Amino acid sequence: MFLSKKNRETLLGPLSKNNPVVVQILGICSALAVTAKLEPAFVMAVSVTAVVAFSNVIISLLRNTIPNNIRIIVQLVVVAALVIIVDQILKAYVYDVSKQLSVFVGLIITNCILMGRLEAYAMGNGPWESFLDGIGNGIGYGMILIIIAFFRELLGNGTLFGYHVIPQSFYDMGYQNNGLMILPPMALIVVGCIIWVHRSFNKDLQDK
Amino acid sequence: MNKQSNVYTIIYSSVMVIIVAAVLAFAALSLKAPQQRNIEIDKMKQILSSIKVTATADDAQQLYKKYIIGSKVIDAAGKEIADADAFNVNVAMQVKLPDAQRQLPIFIAKVEDGSTKYIIPMYGAGLWGPIWGYLSIDSDGKTVYGAYFAHQGETPGLGAEIDKPAFYGQFCGKDLFAGGDEFKSIAVQKAGQKPLNGADYVDAISGGTITSKGVEAMLSNSLKPYETFLKTLQTQQIAE
Repeated sequence: MFLSKKNRETLLGPLSKNNPVVVQILGICSALAVTAKLEPAFVMAVSVTAVVAFSNVIISLLRNTIPNNIRIIVQLVVVAALVIIVDQILKAYVYDVSKQLSVFVGLIITNCILMGRLEAYAMGNGPWESFLDGIGNGIGYGMILIIIAFFRELLGNGTLFGYHVIPQSFYDMGYQNNGLMILPPMALIVVGCIIWVHRSFNKDLQDK
Repeated sequence: MNKQSNVYTIIYSSVMVIIVAAVLAFAALSLKAPQQRNIEIDKMKQILSSIKVTATADDAQQLYKKYIIGSKVIDAAGKEIADADAFNVNVAMQVKLPDAQRQLPIFIAKVEDGSTKYIIPMYGAGLWGPIWGYLSIDSDGKTVYGAYFAHQGETPGLGAEIDKPAFYGQFCGKDLFAGGDEFKSIAVQKAGQKPLNGADYVDAISGGTITSKGVEAMLSNSLKPYETFLKTLQTQQIAE
């Protein structure tokens, strides 16, 4: 394995034991907003991963030059610039998805995960470690988004990525899509269920 | 060099801003062409759905060429305005002007059965933001052939239902000049109620009252200036 033990921890830690959504409870807002369907959730996951990884690298490269009293501003400028570029690329190449995500792409800037990683990790670590940290956290976040979107789209619309997966015979027997799954409160409840399952497997995370 | 000094901070932030501005300007300029194309394709898809043609991003341009045989811009007196391009008229700006000053775009479509339809763009306000749509009218100048509505951010499940076929499908076959030769638009009414002026009506969305009212206002405001044009169509129809 080409990664040292420490780097592996940096990359894989955020997937479970240190997950930004279900353990640190960050980025909940966008987890509610873009998870009614799988496709926008997937694009959001990729976008956040790209932005957090690259902003981590940039801040890490600049970390020794940034004046301490404007470091948050510098971080914000870097994140905002990257988010605008992502938004422009989405508008140019996946217009339909960009229409669905609308303001939420812009709101990546305010996603707590980004500022948290920049401040807590990139300011004190090298570019390669910061890149791994960004990828790890982005995937940790995206993974939860996709799990939530999977349940919401399946139970709410009977589709996955827009394709019908629940056979017509189920509907004929009286099965109905649950419209409540499409509404934001159900996203919160699904997050709650994921946290419950996650904690029951990781006893050390449970509050005493 | 002292990294905490004011001079360093100011120089640092200035340089950073200039670099970021340059990068963003470059990104915006180099991606402008595909973005513009996407917006046009999206508009074509919307126009096509008002004549019940479902297009995807890939075949929208092709289908648009096939079905939309022409377009023109007229004024409220029904005269054609030369050197105006119907596709690029900003309807959002036009609906704010008094009727007489508006530029009114019309798209002319030929559908599968060979008949001609006239498509009129509409623009108005819902509860949270703008709503817009396209209405296609038969060559008799009064019967609605199809409709399409879209919105920016109406409440999901309530007002947002206006972009579903269950709502806009109701408009097919409605008469803009119900029972006479006066323009009456189409009313959007609570189920079981009827408009007082005898206009044709469709059912509003329960729980989406303000959006439904917005659709009704949009229809009458956007279509009213076309009255002369539509009446001309009606007399042509009789002459034939």
